[in-house]
Amino acid sequence: MIDALWGWPPPVLDPAGPYAAKVTTLAWSLFALGVIVTLIVIAALWAAIKGPPRVQAMLGGERAIWIGGVAFPGIVLTALLIWGLTLTATLTDPIEGDEMRIRVTGEMWWFRVQYLDDQGRVIMEDANEIHIPVGQPVLLELESGDVIHSFWVPHLSGKKDMIPGRRTLLLVEADRPGEFGGVCAEYCGAQHALMGFVAVAHEPAAWREWRDARLARLAAADGPIETELDIARTAADNSFDAPADALAIEAERAGAISPLPVPVATGDAPLGRRLFMDVGCAACHRVAGTEANGLAGPDLTHVGSRLTLGAGILPNHLGTMMGWIGDSQSIKPGNRMPSYDMLSAEELEAIALWLEQQK
Amino acid sequence: MRSETGFDHSLYDRFPTARRPQSEVDELEEIWNAPKGWRRLTAVNNNYVGFWYVVTAFGFFLAAGILALGMRVQLAAPMQDFLGVDTYNQFFTMHGTVMMFLFAVPMVEAIGVMLLPQMLAARDLPFPRLSAYAYWAYAVGGTLFFLSLFVGLAPDGGWFMYPPLTSIAFSPDINTDFWLLGIGFIEISAIAGAIEIIVGVLRTRAPGMTLDKMPMFAWAMLVFAVMIVVAFPSVILCTMLLEIERAFNWPFFDATRGGDPLLWQHLFWFFGHPEVYIIFIPAAGLMSMMVASVARTKLVGYRLNVLALVATGFISFGVWAHHMFTTDMPRVSAGYFSAASMAVSLPAGIQVFCWIATLASGKIKWTTPALFVVGSVVIFTMGGLTGVMVGMVPFDWQAHDTYFIVAHLHYVLMGGMVFPMFAAFYHWHGMTSSRALSDKVGKWVFGLMFAGLHITFLPMHLTGLMGMPRRVYTYLPGRDLDLLNMISTVGAFVLASGVLLFLVDCARNFRFTTTDDAGNLYDGGTLEWLPTGLYSTRSIPLVRSREPLWDRPEISREVEEGRYFLPYSATGNRETLITSTVMAEPQYIQLMPGPSRWPMSAAIFTAGFFLSLTVKAYPFAIFCGIIAVVSTLRWLWETDRPIRQDTADIGGGIEVPIAITGPQSHGWWALNTLMVVIGMIGFMALFAYFYLFGINPEVWSAPPPLRQTAVIVALEVAALAAAWGGRRVLAAREGKQAGDLPWVLEALAAALLVGALYLDIIGWLGTGLSPTLNGMGATVFMLTVLQAQVVIIACIMAAYLALREARGIMTTPTNVTMDIVRRFIMFCAVQGMVFTIVPRVFPGG
Repeated sequence: MIDALWGWPPPVLDPAGPYAAKVTTLAWSLFALGVIVTLIVIAALWAAIKGPPRVQAMLGGERAIWIGGVAFPGIVLTALLIWGLTLTATLTDPIEGDEMRIRVTGEMWWFRVQYLDDQGRVIMEDANEIHIPVGQPVLLELESGDVIHSFWVPHLSGKKDMIPGRRTLLLVEADRPGEFGGVCAEYCGAQHALMGFVAVAHEPAAWREWRDARLARLAAADGPIETELDIARTAADNSFDAPADALAIEAERAGAISPLPVPVATGDAPLGRRLFMDVGCAACHRVAGTEANGLAGPDLTHVGSRLTLGAGILPNHLGTMMGWIGDSQSIKPGNRMPSYDMLSAEELEAIALWLEQQK
Repeated sequence: MRSETGFDHSLYDRFPTARRPQSEVDELEEIWNAPKGWRRLTAVNNNYVGFWYVVTAFGFFLAAGILALGMRVQLAAPMQDFLGVDTYNQFFTMHGTVMMFLFAVPMVEAIGVMLLPQMLAARDLPFPRLSAYAYWAYAVGGTLFFLSLFVGLAPDGGWFMYPPLTSIAFSPDINTDFWLLGIGFIEISAIAGAIEIIVGVLRTRAPGMTLDKMPMFAWAMLVFAVMIVVAFPSVILCTMLLEIERAFNWPFFDATRGGDPLLWQHLFWFFGHPEVYIIFIPAAGLMSMMVASVARTKLVGYRLNVLALVATGFISFGVWAHHMFTTDMPRVSAGYFSAASMAVSLPAGIQVFCWIATLASGKIKWTTPALFVVGSVVIFTMGGLTGVMVGMVPFDWQAHDTYFIVAHLHYVLMGGMVFPMFAAFYHWHGMTSSRALSDKVGKWVFGLMFAGLHITFLPMHLTGLMGMPRRVYTYLPGRDLDLLNMISTVGAFVLASGVLLFLVDCARNFRFTTTDDAGNLYDGGTLEWLPTGLYSTRSIPLVRSREPLWDRPEISREVEEGRYFLPYSATGNRETLITSTVMAEPQYIQLMPGPSRWPMSAAIFTAGFFLSLTVKAYPFAIFCGIIAVVSTLRWLWETDRPIRQDTADIGGGIEVPIAITGPQSHGWWALNTLMVVIGMIGFMALFAYFYLFGINPEVWSAPPPLRQTAVIVALEVAALAAAWGGRRVLAAREGKQAGDLPWVLEALAAALLVGALYLDIIGWLGTGLSPTLNGMGATVFMLTVLQAQVVIIACIMAAYLALREARGIMTTPTNVTMDIVRRFIMFCAVQGMVFTIVPRVFPGG
């Protein structure tokens, strides 16, 4: 299981970026206010019931109502409201338009993640994992493929709904590297509970390295390489933060000069690949560079490098991969992938092995 | 004092009059006697119906509570398989739905039915058969709805039922339809109850009980009922839209065809947030009365408290979108809704400090109701404060849809409604039980519930901040959530043990009675503590202060000796005194219907109608629908009869008329309220039309030609004229037989309405628009559906009028039935005009 993404300290109070941090300050102030007012009311109740007659006389008239019930909350609430509105305004600063963009689409019950170039074209697709560079605002385009979902990484920012027929926008930014848990926050049917993902923040250099490795992998793959590379090249012209030419050069080098970080097949991996294509996996999943081109399920081109399986619920290794393929319906009942329980352990291992090689 | 109706206030000085003979009491008892044996179920008196209502609502509270315990067991540890995902999702949906729709709203309405007539010293609510109908529709429908859980067909889309998850594409089974069915019932019974309560509070108060002498609970119920009338039409419309989308593929919420999922959220929360205050306000009214009782003093800040109730009701209609802060709404809207959400806590603050001030000015006695009252102030304050927190938009972005909200809403609802309800059970049970509940056990009940509540819900604030979303059937281990969830589960069982102890005490001590009740156990000062029988008080007292029993202790004896108003039955029928709206001056005697099996029959077949629709047995649905309508007409048939006597002495030599017609009559008020309800439904439908145009203007097409519109409007105007003329003719026949012309004119008006509607539909179809085509088609044809509904009712009414004339029971020159039919048909004509003109003129061709 994924530790340290969640839990103690509460992520809402342990922000990892400026958008969440501002809300944390507000939250602490609100909690303090809440405790103080609760104590005041309890004290007033106590004084009303048991207090000395002088205090009772003070509390026992309309003046006390005007002070305690109108003036005091009126002043406090007005102050709070001004703060709240100002903060709302700050947190919804107009989109500049030159932010790096990632499109996240809620699906029943996982997240489709597409990295966009500045023309809005998809340069690579992934699932249930979002990689962002530290110190740079990232604009998320949130969409839905079916019902209403809600995107929430409490370490990074508040949540925003993913609504069919609309595109909602959310700015996130991390100020420290780390892995941060995210979930769907809007009830979206049977497996709403187990619809999670991970947001990974890298130092900018590490992030570029990560991205380039991915682009290289795509470039090396058959079929759509050319276009993918073209897109990468175009993207380079208006790069996110790296100098444009550097990015272009990197992409070029990755694609043309040193092809193939294509996984090296060992053991039964070739069998696994064949089974993947034959037993039905390929109908729903895409693996770049192979004939597997399904769009219904998560793109598995980089599945071997993912931190989790099953939308943020299992750690990713050979054993969990086998378990997921063979029996996903008992792990996450009702999810859209059938349990491949007709496959033998060897066959499952072969598929899992091959998938784990897809980095 | 200035008179409101010309009534001479010096007449009040005649009371108390001389003692009246005991034989009059025997006659009252005879008249108000309830049927025996099985026929007891046909009783319509509020002593029975109110009690059944409370018991049924409490039964649903227990049932939904058991569901909650199931959920807490499932969540006690991570990745458990106690309930399983499908069952859990049905459980949490049913828990919310049942608690909100089958427990909270009916419970406050039930307490109203039970207490209000006595508090106002009316003999009964003004429409006893309507109460009985509302009760049976609720009891039968609610039970059927709940039973769906046992066959695995219970709804599983959450009590908020957001499409498209609940649309046919993602919820193809009939689970969702069961939700729409269950809610259909509660809509009907809530509206019926609200009409009853509005008319009851405004027109059946004891003489002298001016608005500013009304018990606080009556004020609260008045605000409650008005809020239902304004808010429920919205949920009525949205359940209709969703069911029509599911059954007939009209794309109201389908984004691919010019609908919008957020339309549902606006309509639902326009009802859903006021709903919270609909639940809270009556409980606050009970609190205000009980605080005064436990502190043995008058409520401090009565007028401020009334103001707070009215302000809460008003502001609550401006806060609905705070449930939608995360939908990417414009900054300005978010700011407005945030401000309104803050503002609504001001009146709550006023009430809390009214209660504190009252406690301070009196001397508390630590009885069980006192514990519950003080406890709920603490709980409600805590819930209110987290409410202020989530009213702050940026904080809400984090807290929304997490366990923080679960904690918040349970604090508000338990502190705002459940604890006051238990306080009220203890405080008022002496009215219906011959034995008192144990005050000692009651303190244990309170202790367990109070501790259980905090143990359950306090940790949930933290669980939410730690990232646990709501409505999850399980959670992953290794996220530090295990301990907090286990604590919550333990707390839930502590809370439940408190409720169980209450049940045990009820089993031991509660004995229902209408005659030898245990009485005023906690020394209340309002009229419900006068000695009563099924006929309520022997005579209807003259009210001179807010707590008549405290200020004039001998009033109980005087009332029992018949020394006030209406100490006998003036006509030999069930009757009550109708008084004026503001000053409560005696106006006339209302004749009340007695026991009848027809309201129950109407309710059962209404249930059959909806149930058959749900399982798509359309012929049987039509059959049930017809029986339901016939039963309703049958129950009405016995009302509004010619009477032999025009006026009667109500005591002290004051003569008032019997059963009047026209704008002063209580039936007129009820019809007006009903028209507001129907009008609100139409208004919300127009909102849907404009909203979808705002979102998807590209699917809007040109309306039918203006010429055709003019023809339709001309027909509607003709209908107006015919309906109006019908009553003029009747008035001109004074002293003679009514004859055929009046009903013929009404029937003609109804026929003209049918024609206009037909042309309207043909016109739109002629433009190539169809209801399944896009959002425009769906909303335009929805207007025609709504119009068709009222036109069908208008036709039934015209036929009913004809039947009454044929049987010679149509009085001249005026007649209540005629007034109602004419007014309703004219309403239909006006609505038809609006529905025709608006979509044809806006946005224009």
